[in-house]
Amino acid sequence: MTLPARLAPFFARRGWALHRHQAEMLDRSDEPALLLIAPTGAGKTLSGFLPTIAELAEAPRSGLHTLYVSPLKALATDIKRNLLTPVEELGLPIRIEDRTGDTSQAARKRQRVDPPHILLTTPESLALLLSYEDAPKIFEGLSRIVVDEIHALAESKRGDQLFLSLSRLEAIAPGLRRVGLSATVDNPQEIAQLLARNPQPCAILHADPGEEPDLSMLDAGRAPPWAGGAALHAIPAVLEEVKRHKTTLIFHNTRAQAEVFFHNLWLQNDDGLPIAIHHGSLSREQRQAVEAAMLRGDLKAIVCTGTLDLGIDWGDVDLVIQMGGPKYVKRLVQRIGRANHRAGVPSKAILVPANRFEVLECTCAIAAARLGDLDGTPRGPGPLDVLCQHILIRACAGPFAADDLYAEVRTVGGYASLSRAAFDDCLEFCATGGYALRAYDRWKRLMLRDGFWQLRDPRAAKRIRMNIGTIEDTGSLNVRLRSGAHLGEIEEYFASTLTPGDTFLIGGQVVRFESLREMTVEVTRRRDANPRVASFGGGKFPTSVALTHRILDLLQQSDWPELPRHTAEWLNLQRRFSKLPEADRMLVETFEAEERWHAAFWGFAGWNAHQTLGLLLTHRMEQRGLDPLGFVATDYALLITGLREVEDPASLLDPRDIREGFETWLQGNAVMKRTFRGVATIAGLIEKNLPGQRKTGRQATFSTDILYDTLVKYDPDHLLLRVTREQAQHGLVDFGRIEEMLSRIQGRVDHVRAKRVTPLAAPLLLERGRVPVAGAARERLMAEQAARLLEEAGIEAL
Amino acid sequence: MNGMSYSFALNGTHCLALPSGALFVPSENLLCVSDLHMAKSERVARRRGLMLPPYETRATLDRLAQDIEAAKPTCVVALGDSFDDLAASEALDPEDRARLIALQDGRRWVWIEGNHDAGPNDHGGEGCHSLSAGGLTFRHIADAASEPGEVSGHYHPKYGLPGFAERRRCFVVDGRRLILPAYGTYTGGLDAREPVLRHLFADKALAVLTGARAMPVPLPPAREHSRRA
Repeated sequence: MTLPARLAPFFARRGWALHRHQAEMLDRSDEPALLLIAPTGAGKTLSGFLPTIAELAEAPRSGLHTLYVSPLKALATDIKRNLLTPVEELGLPIRIEDRTGDTSQAARKRQRVDPPHILLTTPESLALLLSYEDAPKIFEGLSRIVVDEIHALAESKRGDQLFLSLSRLEAIAPGLRRVGLSATVDNPQEIAQLLARNPQPCAILHADPGEEPDLSMLDAGRAPPWAGGAALHAIPAVLEEVKRHKTTLIFHNTRAQAEVFFHNLWLQNDDGLPIAIHHGSLSREQRQAVEAAMLRGDLKAIVCTGTLDLGIDWGDVDLVIQMGGPKYVKRLVQRIGRANHRAGVPSKAILVPANRFEVLECTCAIAAARLGDLDGTPRGPGPLDVLCQHILIRACAGPFAADDLYAEVRTVGGYASLSRAAFDDCLEFCATGGYALRAYDRWKRLMLRDGFWQLRDPRAAKRIRMNIGTIEDTGSLNVRLRSGAHLGEIEEYFASTLTPGDTFLIGGQVVRFESLREMTVEVTRRRDANPRVASFGGGKFPTSVALTHRILDLLQQSDWPELPRHTAEWLNLQRRFSKLPEADRMLVETFEAEERWHAAFWGFAGWNAHQTLGLLLTHRMEQRGLDPLGFVATDYALLITGLREVEDPASLLDPRDIREGFETWLQGNAVMKRTFRGVATIAGLIEKNLPGQRKTGRQATFSTDILYDTLVKYDPDHLLLRVTREQAQHGLVDFGRIEEMLSRIQGRVDHVRAKRVTPLAAPLLLERGRVPVAGAARERLMAEQAARLLEEAGIEAL
Repeated sequence: MNGMSYSFALNGTHCLALPSGALFVPSENLLCVSDLHMAKSERVARRRGLMLPPYETRATLDRLAQDIEAAKPTCVVALGDSFDDLAASEALDPEDRARLIALQDGRRWVWIEGNHDAGPNDHGGEGCHSLSAGGLTFRHIADAASEPGEVSGHYHPKYGLPGFAERRRCFVVDGRRLILPAYGTYTGGLDAREPVLRHLFADKALAVLTGARAMPVPLPPAREHSRRA
């Protein structure tokens, strides 16, 4: 199909021609489901909209025609601007509006009565719209839905919620056409299945992948440090690269690392290069200011995190620097695409290993990216906490029959194999809480009347609507200057460790903690050479399974011509004094250093799983009287420190014991409680936001930890505990990776009792973030601290 | 009571702060617990439509039974807000109620009225607004102008050790006045440094944290925190 006549002038004036994939999208616009895989900057979004604009230009009509959903509010706003240009220039009868959390109350009301032709929104705002009783009226004429950045949405519960919303839309507007726009991914088929109405097929279009990217590892002129993640050694070389390029994005894996790097970068930025910082914990005002400066071309570089993986296209970026191991090859490739995607110039990216291990990781990631060998985490079935929220949202919109909703939910790829029993459990949970020992008879949440489920108290709809969404709240607190300016957010946990006078870094500034008032951390500006680094929430990503296996393969080579000399020599030394880890065996090294015994378990299961393994093994060691003191986890290994040598590591690694520890003891641990908090909030067991809530903090809320403990004790088989255990297979607890490791090693443990610390284990001794073993020792520490404070305060007795 | 409790004098009366959050007065053989908020889940379901695990009364009574078993008091004082509201008190699960009545067997049981449960309940015992015993006055909400020796609840104080992230329910005491932590399972807390609570006490005051053992910690003086109200 060629460009519709009415659109031709717009393209002609700009000297544009249709890309092949854009023409194909027009040709196949009747497909019920169509997924476009295209690299960043391939005109992906326009491809999604062309059929809509063509249809509305040819046959003007009223009512909502196309719904566009993206993960970012900013993207909706930006795309509105971009679409308005052709529409206004060509005088097309098309109204385009966005609807996000920032849209005014008045505009939202009007949109429900008189929807535009094209509505741009987010998964949460869509779910909210579907919760209104007039949803059928708003969406009855809906013809197309475009899901942008579907690869990013598909990785989280936001995607599950969106796909459930699609099933609702389909019921309201049968025959709705679905279009997905995705970056390059390892699993197009899987995403296609999520997009399509199960069991219908979904066509997949691949855009021209573009030029091969130009990938390299930074030569900082010296070896990276043994441990740590800040890569401060590379600052001079990074500044040189920034100078040599037009605009550079400097990606970090965590917000804390970005803050440290940015702070130190400015201490060495003698030329005063305009470099800004951008991450998800900074205030919206601050992020918008940086984005605006970037669009004006005022910045040479931005130090950033994953928040800039998606979003507005900045055509002028000609270099991407990845600080630290990229963890996922797929993410690396998507990040690389942020550079040079306009013309036929290859994207350019430089990887900067922050320590010796990351030299291995970067080397392997570059090799995999060149081969297009992407990695992914297989998706489990659709999570039930999101389904519970969906049921509540459905109830807000009006009475429904369980059979209808079950049939509808089964058309969602992730819930295609959902059993009726599991669905009924979720419905029962929404209606009564689903408790085994005691039932609420009088005050149910949902009632069955004449075969239809409905809210007992219609006023509950308001509160349910206020709590729609699946984005996890990490329990963060606002940081404000005394003068009132909002700087951003830090983790509640970190805030609770601050005492007045402490200084920390946020948004590249050093601030002094003054007080914690209600939900706000009050600070003043302050110069201080040694500020602490705030923790911002948003856990660490573990290195992917596929990338880990590449590293293990690399370690088994006879020599390493592709590695820098310092790293190859280090591996040779390890081979001489101990062994190099293998994929199908577990190497455990024990040695004495600094008057402590250490045991390094080379599990290669990723940071989260090693953290969990650390909790499980130290618990077992405490039971056996092995006096563990603490442990530290990295993506590659777990190092346990204690007063005695681990003499029989193989027996500690008995899979039955480890699984039993997960089933029993670990259930009481904070990592499980944190997992539960997300589940309980999403499923609607608790409500975070209340109408007219005044944040007095006073007796208002009690923690979900209490609910968790109560359920574990009195109702251990409750739906939400089952969901929590299921979700602990991934994410923070990541028990699935421990299982993967156990099945790899099959009990084959090589114990090396070294005379001194081994070359490979030496960096582990330098890693920060040691976790002390909880229990008696911690209680003793607290008591000592309390006694000391009493003495200082001069209070002996009352 | 074993060495896990914190022993102190309140207006000259010997008191023990138990690790559970209960107060024991040996001279009177009296056990005092505050803010049980029983049947809170029932009230939350009625008023907000949320279905919290309905086990908090059971959990609270389990802990109270343990304290009573260990201390064997002749008098138990529930210091107000024993029920989340009067309707919740009426809707108490029959099994929980039977348990509650059984605990009263052979001892005096006093329900002090709180702001949540003002008025009589029909779960045994006697009801009153305040009670004097052993040189102490028991009432639900602290009276800023009260005589020394006042024991109250209401504020649900919480505090943590500087440098440790964890916050625990705590007693607050300065020798003249004592505020008890909330004993109920489903109860949140108020930072013991908040002016509304801190101002009731002298500069030298202690938070006694609950947990594995009752742990006394000095509270920072009121001034520091209230400079900018």
